[in-house]
Amino acid sequence: MNESGLILDKLTILRGDAPLVSLDLQIPPGEVVTVMGPSGVGKSTLLAAITGTLAPGFALRGGIRLDGQDLTALPPEARHVGILFQDDLLFPHLSVGANLAFGLNARIKGRAARRARVEEALAEIGLAGFAERDPATLSGGQKARVALMRMLLSEPHALLLDEPFSRLDAALRGQIRELVFSRARALGLPTLLVTHDAADAAAAEGRVIELAALD
Amino acid sequence: MRLRYAPALTLALMLGPVLAGLAGTLLPAIGLFPALGGTAPGLAPLKALLGWPGLGPAVSLSLGTGLAATALSLVLTALIVGSWHGTRAFRWLEAALSPLLSVPHAAAAFGIAFLIAPSGWISRALSPWATGWTRPPDLLIVQDPWGLAMTLGLVTKELPFLLLMTLAALPQAQPRRSLTVAQALGYGRLTGWLKVVLPRIYAQIRLPVYAVLAYSMSVVDVALILGPNTPPPLAVQVMRWMTDPDLAQRFTAAAGATLQLALVAGALGLWRLGEGAAARLGRAWVAQGCRRHADGLGRRAALVLGALSAGAVLAGLAGLALWSVAGFWSFPDALPDTLTLRPWLRHGPELLEPALDTLLIAGAATALALALTLACLQAEQRFGLTPGARSLWLLYLPLLVPQIAFLPGLQTLALMAGADMGRGAVILGHLVFVLPYVFLSLGDPFRSWDRRQATIAAALGAGPARIFWTLRLPMLLAPVLTAAAVGFAVSVGQYLPTLLIGAGRVQTLTTEAVALASGGDRRLIGLYAIAQTAVVVLGFALAIAAPRLVWANRRGMRAG
Amino acid sequence: MLKRLIVGLGLSLASAAGAAPDPKNWDAVLEEASGQTVYWNAWGGSTATNDFIRWAGDQVQARYGVTVEHVKLSDTADAVARVLAEKTAGKDEGGAIDLIWINGANFAAMKENGLLFGPWAEDLPNWRYVDVAGKPAVTSDFTVPTDGLESPWAMAQVVFYYDTARLPEPPKSMPALLGWARANPGRFTFPQPPDFLGTTFMKQALYGMVEDPALLQQPAEDVDYDAVTAPLWAFLEELTPNLWRQGRAYPQTGPRQIQLMADGEIDLAISFSPGEASTAIANDQLPDTVRTFVLDGGTIGNASFVAIPYNANAKAGAMVLADFLLSPEAQARAQDPSVLGYGTVLDLAKLSAEDRARFDALELGIATLSPDELGPALPEPHPSWMTRIEADWQARFGTAQ
Repeated sequence: MNESGLILDKLTILRGDAPLVSLDLQIPPGEVVTVMGPSGVGKSTLLAAITGTLAPGFALRGGIRLDGQDLTALPPEARHVGILFQDDLLFPHLSVGANLAFGLNARIKGRAARRARVEEALAEIGLAGFAERDPATLSGGQKARVALMRMLLSEPHALLLDEPFSRLDAALRGQIRELVFSRARALGLPTLLVTHDAADAAAAEGRVIELAALD
Repeated sequence: MRLRYAPALTLALMLGPVLAGLAGTLLPAIGLFPALGGTAPGLAPLKALLGWPGLGPAVSLSLGTGLAATALSLVLTALIVGSWHGTRAFRWLEAALSPLLSVPHAAAAFGIAFLIAPSGWISRALSPWATGWTRPPDLLIVQDPWGLAMTLGLVTKELPFLLLMTLAALPQAQPRRSLTVAQALGYGRLTGWLKVVLPRIYAQIRLPVYAVLAYSMSVVDVALILGPNTPPPLAVQVMRWMTDPDLAQRFTAAAGATLQLALVAGALGLWRLGEGAAARLGRAWVAQGCRRHADGLGRRAALVLGALSAGAVLAGLAGLALWSVAGFWSFPDALPDTLTLRPWLRHGPELLEPALDTLLIAGAATALALALTLACLQAEQRFGLTPGARSLWLLYLPLLVPQIAFLPGLQTLALMAGADMGRGAVILGHLVFVLPYVFLSLGDPFRSWDRRQATIAAALGAGPARIFWTLRLPMLLAPVLTAAAVGFAVSVGQYLPTLLIGAGRVQTLTTEAVALASGGDRRLIGLYAIAQTAVVVLGFALAIAAPRLVWANRRGMRAG
Repeated sequence: MLKRLIVGLGLSLASAAGAAPDPKNWDAVLEEASGQTVYWNAWGGSTATNDFIRWAGDQVQARYGVTVEHVKLSDTADAVARVLAEKTAGKDEGGAIDLIWINGANFAAMKENGLLFGPWAEDLPNWRYVDVAGKPAVTSDFTVPTDGLESPWAMAQVVFYYDTARLPEPPKSMPALLGWARANPGRFTFPQPPDFLGTTFMKQALYGMVEDPALLQQPAEDVDYDAVTAPLWAFLEELTPNLWRQGRAYPQTGPRQIQLMADGEIDLAISFSPGEASTAIANDQLPDTVRTFVLDGGTIGNASFVAIPYNANAKAGAMVLADFLLSPEAQARAQDPSVLGYGTVLDLAKLSAEDRARFDALELGIATLSPDELGPALPEPHPSWMTRIEADWQARFGTAQ
């Protein structure tokens, strides 16, 4: 069996002793799989299990593998799984440039080299020269783009999207959605999208899975 | 790893001294005190205590003033928050809270004593044109036998404290929504708040209320200034026995300290029962469905009484400040004859050393408390420890056990261990009282930090340590500084710990003020009261100003 | 010269080895004291006293290299408690307190419990100037022999001060006081016992009422206490309702009364320091219409001492300080009413002409009585009287509601 991509191998998440949600799924590189379901069914918990930040009181059974490597044995910071939330969650005390540089691979050494990479990234999303800006002064769309870029600069091997477009107004939504998906496909990242919006699912052009409650 | 031991270490540093001190104070109560020849347990100390004729009044004073001060403060808090929360006037009140809390207890008590005495400021302002007095009337206002002046003095300081704790507890109860529903159903604002919001938040402020009760019953410095002397409340009498030249009185003092402990425990139990009764009455009241209960009156009373309370502290302080620059000032002049800087020039230099010691001790104790608190909170996050109700009780324990019941024993033990007389020991002693406040102040903001930030940071490859130092801590700068200011204020105001553990070799502004107060010179009292308050206010000013400066170009940080 | 050097070296080695300093060898004491820090636990409730202590510390620092730290107490019993706590804990060396300003019951308690170092006082160089014959109180502290365990430094005598603007003719005997209080209720008070000044007022009253004053020199247990004190209680029964606040509250210390008089609350007060009123006037604490007087028949006088705890860390330095306090220079300064206004323990006849001139040059202050006007000092009763009177007063009046 092909081991590339993100594999959820009979993954079951339990709240206490009771199973909450269960999923068996393989996402090949570059594909966007959408997960939909009613509120409270455990979609965000699912993502938390993959990033390794499950709240106390939850446990998981089964396996999570990324490009052949078992993620459940790794701490969150070693998993190379990127995540985007509803809110851009830019670090308010750091400048735009510092936000972007936060996840920049340590492989790029030297202040000049790192700054150059950040400038490059800013130019890619049309925000050249914004490095010293206060994140709070950016518009909603600008913030979303910076959040995406911040994540991509850390060179993730998979992408998790927790309803990242629902806070954006209708005009921006399509734009940002397109940006995220095109990037994901271009970089060949297996992507898991959690959403309520059918339009998101349609734009993802991938499988759609309906989660049902287990209890 | 080391972080995992943080909670245990914190508990040890905070509760160890309390338990050890209790043992050291209670053993003499049953007659065991080798240096004074007490080698066999017996009931002699208890008999001596019961033989004191003032025991009955002293006990009822302790109970009476404690319960009255707590009940009054709680009722006023409920009225004020219920009537005015969310309005513009309330924002003024919130702004006034920090300055009110900054004034140390002793300074506030001195100020109020000057205000309300028959020869005090209010009387001077009204004489002789309104009252016809050329000599002050012989009225027993300050140090009255029922402890009314003392109760009032306590209320002026406990009210801001309870207000602060209530405000901290409010967001969780989501008062605005509930109030809107209640008002839509026809309930008046105050009545609605009392019936709908108060029951929910009382559980959150229960422990602060207990702390207020324990403190009011066993406070020594406020009782010395405003409370009666024939006889004094029990805690003051215990302190007198502790320092009596007749060394055999030490046993009686220990018995008294034990009694004080029992009284506090009993009062807390009584209050608990009262809570149950109030709950039952409250449910019946709610079921009645009456919409309005003199809401307008309650509103106005809350405003007037709240303003009076705040005004008393501030006016008292102003009076003391005036005394510190006064020439000769006799009754019935409303202002001193001459203003002079002589008191400051004469005594200012000798203020410097205690001031520096105060700053050093407060700074060190606060820094230690912050480090321990942050370590504990971070350990909580990392190892998934959930703080239960029991841990909150443990946190409040140093505030519920009367100081007079364990500090003397701690002094003896510290002596035996050879670890005393230095600033180090005093700092550790202060730590016992600073830790709870710092923890309470920092706990909620720390825990309510958006954990998704941490998730993102981890997804970006940052480990827990990096997340703490580069994200969590900088983003929590304002709450951390506020907690530091609170801890600082607590340390500055401590009297008994410095005096007993420091063996008189460590002099802070507070110990100096109380020592000099026995001389009665209001100029000197004014000087020290102002100095004490200034130090604390400086801390709070820093806590407010520093984040503004640091995040001058980060709008997202200032909004929070 | 060489011999002195060897002797001095030997002695300093001996003291370095932990032997107690011997005041008979003053040079060795001075040597050991140099560089020491003396923690002088003394009442800190009076700004005037604090200033004097600071001055003494500066002098001793400059002349002998001894640093003095004034530990301000609100009650001497705190220091006694501290030494006791140290003894309990077995701390027999390096104690926190080096010198205590002490007398009366506190001294008796420390002496009885073996908490004092000594004897040393009568071997101090300046002891030769002390007026032992004329002031018996310097060797008999409330009838308890000092045995050289404490060194005197000030004489106190009871005076009353009053505001002439409101009270032109003060009462000069206890019966007169009672009559005046009945006519002007609420204008007199005294510090609440167990404050020493309050108890002294009662002892003073007792002097006027007892047939044979010598009875008071004996322990209270040896005489018919109840018979002797009966008139006192009768007097207080009548006086108390006419006191300030009808006797339901009292000032807690002597100096507190100064503020009361300044506030216009009382017209008459008792004090142990003949110069206290003048000093207060000089400090804007009292109006300049205040004057002092003594009762007909004399008033009680006693001496203030300094004592060294058995486990003091800087015994040599403490002795040097005590000796300095006995010096004519320090005594004259203490007597200066603009400084302290305390009486001297020295016999002026034993001083050199130069030193005597210092005393003659002093201006006593407008409210201070001259030594002639002060009259004879009645001796303090045995400490047991104070303890019993205190306890009885507490029982009868101290818990009145």
